[in-house]
Formats: sequence, C-alpha cells, structure tokens
Amino acid sequence: MTVLVLADHDNQSLKPATLSAVTAARQCGDEVHILVAGSRCDAVAAAAANVRGVTRVLMADGPQFADGLPENVAQQVHALGLTGTYSHIVAAATSYGKSILPRAAARLNVGQISEVTKVLSADTFERPIYAGNAIATVQALGAIKVLTIRATNFEAAAIGGAAQIHQVATAADSGRSVFVSRMQVVNARPELTAAPIVVAGGRGLGSGEQFKILEPLADRLGAALGASRAAVDAGFAPNDLQIGQTGKVVAPGLYIAVGISGAIQHLAGMTDSKIIVAINKDPEAPIFSVADYGIVGDLFEVVPQLMAALSLEPVRAD
Amino acid sequence: MKIMVPVKRVVDSNVKIRIRADGTGVDTTNVKMSINPFDEIAVEEAVRLREAGVASEVVAVSCGAEIGQDVLRTAMAIGADRSVLLSSTTELQPLAVARLLAAMVEREQPSLVILGKQAIDDDCNQTGQMLAALLGWPQATFASRIAIEDESATVEREVDGGTETVRLTLPAIVTADLRLNEPRFVSLPNLMKSKKKPLEVIDAASLNVDLAPTWITLKVSEPPVRMPGVLLDSAASLVTRLRDEARAI
Repeated sequence: MTVLVLADHDNQSLKPATLSAVTAARQCGDEVHILVAGSRCDAVAAAAANVRGVTRVLMADGPQFADGLPENVAQQVHALGLTGTYSHIVAAATSYGKSILPRAAARLNVGQISEVTKVLSADTFERPIYAGNAIATVQALGAIKVLTIRATNFEAAAIGGAAQIHQVATAADSGRSVFVSRMQVVNARPELTAAPIVVAGGRGLGSGEQFKILEPLADRLGAALGASRAAVDAGFAPNDLQIGQTGKVVAPGLYIAVGISGAIQHLAGMTDSKIIVAINKDPEAPIFSVADYGIVGDLFEVVPQLMAALSLEPVRAD
Repeated sequence: MKIMVPVKRVVDSNVKIRIRADGTGVDTTNVKMSINPFDEIAVEEAVRLREAGVASEVVAVSCGAEIGQDVLRTAMAIGADRSVLLSSTTELQPLAVARLLAAMVEREQPSLVILGKQAIDDDCNQTGQMLAALLGWPQATFASRIAIEDESATVEREVDGGTETVRLTLPAIVTADLRLNEPRFVSLPNLMKSKKKPLEVIDAASLNVDLAPTWITLKVSEPPVRMPGVLLDSAASLVTRLRDEARAI
C-alpha cells in the first residue's frame, strides 16, 4: 500500500508538521510518496527527499501553487488520487491541510477522517470529538482513506533519507481565486506548535500591556507564547497565539498556564502536554485538575518570583 | 444577491457531555441543544450583509431530524428570511451533508454560502470545503472578514502564524471563524417573529443524493485522565520540582 503525504511548506522550507504526517503515513502503508505543490519549491522538494521513510517526492511546480490556494492544490491531489496508486492520502491538520484535504476527498467521492491522533490499523483510527472530551474510534470505508493528522500526536520522521524527486504534470489554475496578501507574525520565539516549552496567558493577565509580563518568562525558558481564547477575545494577545479547540493544539514537554481558568475548549488544545503548570488565584479553577504542579496565588506576584527563582538556574544549553 | 447559510444542531457548548456506558456514543437525550456557534456567526454575517444592502435574501438550511427546526427558528430570529429543513432520520456525515447542500444550491442558486468552519460536536471541519469541491466553487476557510464588491468576495482568513487575504470570484463558499463577528443577542420578540417566517421541510431522500456514511464509529470512550498534581507554595519550589523531578527545564 502506498500513501501520499501532502507537504505543508512556504516554498522555502518544509513545515515541521509534515514530518509528523510522514510518521502517520508509515503506520498506514509501507511506501510513502510526498507531494510538494509549490512555486520554485526545489529546496522544499530536496528537504522532503531527505526525510527518512519517504520513497518518492512528487514535485508539482508552477505559479498557480505559489500561495497554496486550495482550489489548485486540491485539484493536484485529486489528479494523483485518480491514478489508483494510493491507498491513503495524509496531511497534517494545519490550516493548509485542513483547507485542502476535504476538498480533494469530496472530489474523489470519499470521506475524510479529521485530526487523527492514533493509527490503529490501515483503516481504523482514533480522533478526538467534542473538543477532546471524548475519543472516537472510527473505521474509514472509502476506497482511498483521506486523513488529517494531529501533528503533536506523531513523532517527527527522522532526517536522512534519499528519495527520488519526480516532476509531475501540474493541475491548471482554477481562475476563480486570487491570493492577495499575507500578514505573518514575526518573532524570535519558537513556533507555538513545535516549541518544547509553552508559556500561555489567560484573562487573568487583565490587559494587553500586562500580558507582556509573560514575554521575559518565555524568553528565559526558550518558550513559545500562547493564549487562551478569553485572552484573545479580550484583545490581550493576537489570534495566532490561541490554543484550544478552535485554535492551535500543542503538546510541549512543559506547559505553563498563567491566569487561565481552563475552559474545556482550552484544555482540548493542551492536555497532551507532558508537564502542566498552573498559576491562578482561584483554587477552584479547572486548570488545576489537569496540572502536575499548581500555585494558587496572584500571578503578578508569582511570575516575578518565578523569574527570580529561574535567574538562579543555569541556562540550559539545548 | 442571495446568501445560503447551512446550520447544524449540536449539544450546547456549555454542556458537559456524557459518554454512553456502552461506548456507542455521546448521550444527547435530555441535553440542551443549540445552533452550532460557528454557524451562528455565519448567520450573523449573512444578516449583516443583507442589512448593509449587499445581500437581498438570507436562507438558512439544516439537515437532520425534524426537531432541528428549533435551530432554524434561531437563525430566523437572528434575521434569516426563511429556512429549509432537509429531514433525515439517519446519521448524516460531512460528505452526505455537502451533497444535500449542493442539491439545495442547485435549487436556490445563491451567490454566496457561508458556513461555520466546524461543528463543535464531531469537530470535523470538512463540510464547507467539500461543498465547494462538489460545486466547483472557490473557497475561503476560517474567515475573519468578508467584503463583497461586484462579482467577488475578498476574505481575510486566520491561518497558522497570521492572516491571509484571498479574493474569490462569486459564487463562492466562505467558512466562518470565531472573530468574524459577535452574533447579536436573540430577543424574545424576534424569536416570536421568527415563528411567522417560512420554514419548509423537505424529505432529504427525495433529493436523490448518496447519503451513505464514509466511516463507522466503532467506539466512543473517555479521554485519558491525568494523574492528580500537587499544589506548591512558592515559585522557588516550582523551579526545584521542574528541574529535579520533572526534568522539564
């Protein structure tokens, strides 16, 4: 059985979540092909060829793929699906994968299993429903199994492969959609979904200005900054920091929740973290029910104390 | 311009769900049901476009059991002009719903379909994209802003790491994200008025589309429970624990 993985990328580098998709793909079938649809995306194709477990890179290079328009990329996936080569089509559940894959699935007349967290067999998968408050075990029925996978639940495939790169015939531009612009938030911190440590703030921070007290803490720990939906809705933090059912799903080694009460929608996005720390003044806050370590107290006192205590620690080299 | 807004009836977002003891699913008997919150945002956006004179009519559509009329009433209380229930007693999965909606699009000929980006019960995040595929229409998922001019929709989308803007040629599909708008409060007078608006019930089977499921749910179980943690009295002891016990820093 051959599995097609859709690579998420920006024409320059492969998104780390794609490496997790390769791992999931290898649990579904024995051979893994990876589609890189982009514009002048040679570097991405080369990076994909270097992923262990990938046996072939399919490169669809053209200006119609420059900005990941789902109309065009799904058309490309559809064309490859029609060849009869693939038992599965897999993508990471990033905003790219989530936009494109259901479109390709419907064109292929099959369903999709979204946000797979475990591959039990080639056709049976686990996925969270109801914001992670229940886990469904589902058996996919279609001739081609189309899956998006939750990257935090699959280890990244190792680097060190040597797959061949094949150019494939490219799907035409749909002519119905145009990319206009992109606003990427630029900062020096690690990407939220790939960071080893996440420091996240909630409504307890009180304002956008006060939210900034988390920045030195995040920087001291080499952590990414995150936020609860309440903090984002209140305008304390930009929406790309949102963690939860409708935001990003994270599973770092250490998650520090500051002033976050722990609504179920938030817990859905972080309970797979290895170690959870909660700092909240309300001892009844649900966040404490998932925390390994908790401090009940005023975050505006605890965070500076935490910084002071950390300043006595050696900075970890890795 | 006509806008179609599909809405789904789901367990209310404030309800703590119960999993049936036999593992067959989530218990929905005697549980408060509501319009899917993302669909509510979609209805609000469509109604605002009509109030701004951009759209002339807003039609809400739901698929499922007859009891789903209540969420269509909610949609009409927000301001949808009329609604259609495609009634079916079988479980409808996203591909089946997309096929039903495609049949409704054929009938209603809207220029724009706005859907919620995902339903908060199955968390699939598929129906809008699938509908776009079946119709061959362009799509913009995770919308945080929609501007209609002439024959196009310019949509700002929330994507990983920021936002992105695309321009779609109408007719098109847009799926609503949280920050597209804040739906208005549904007042009692508006709820009463919505009872006078037309609600048509059509047997889904009469549309002659394939409603077969694309997956079988074998089991629904509780998520793994985390071991209880410890409360600490100082930041210093937290750092010690993180260093020596958890080895997390």
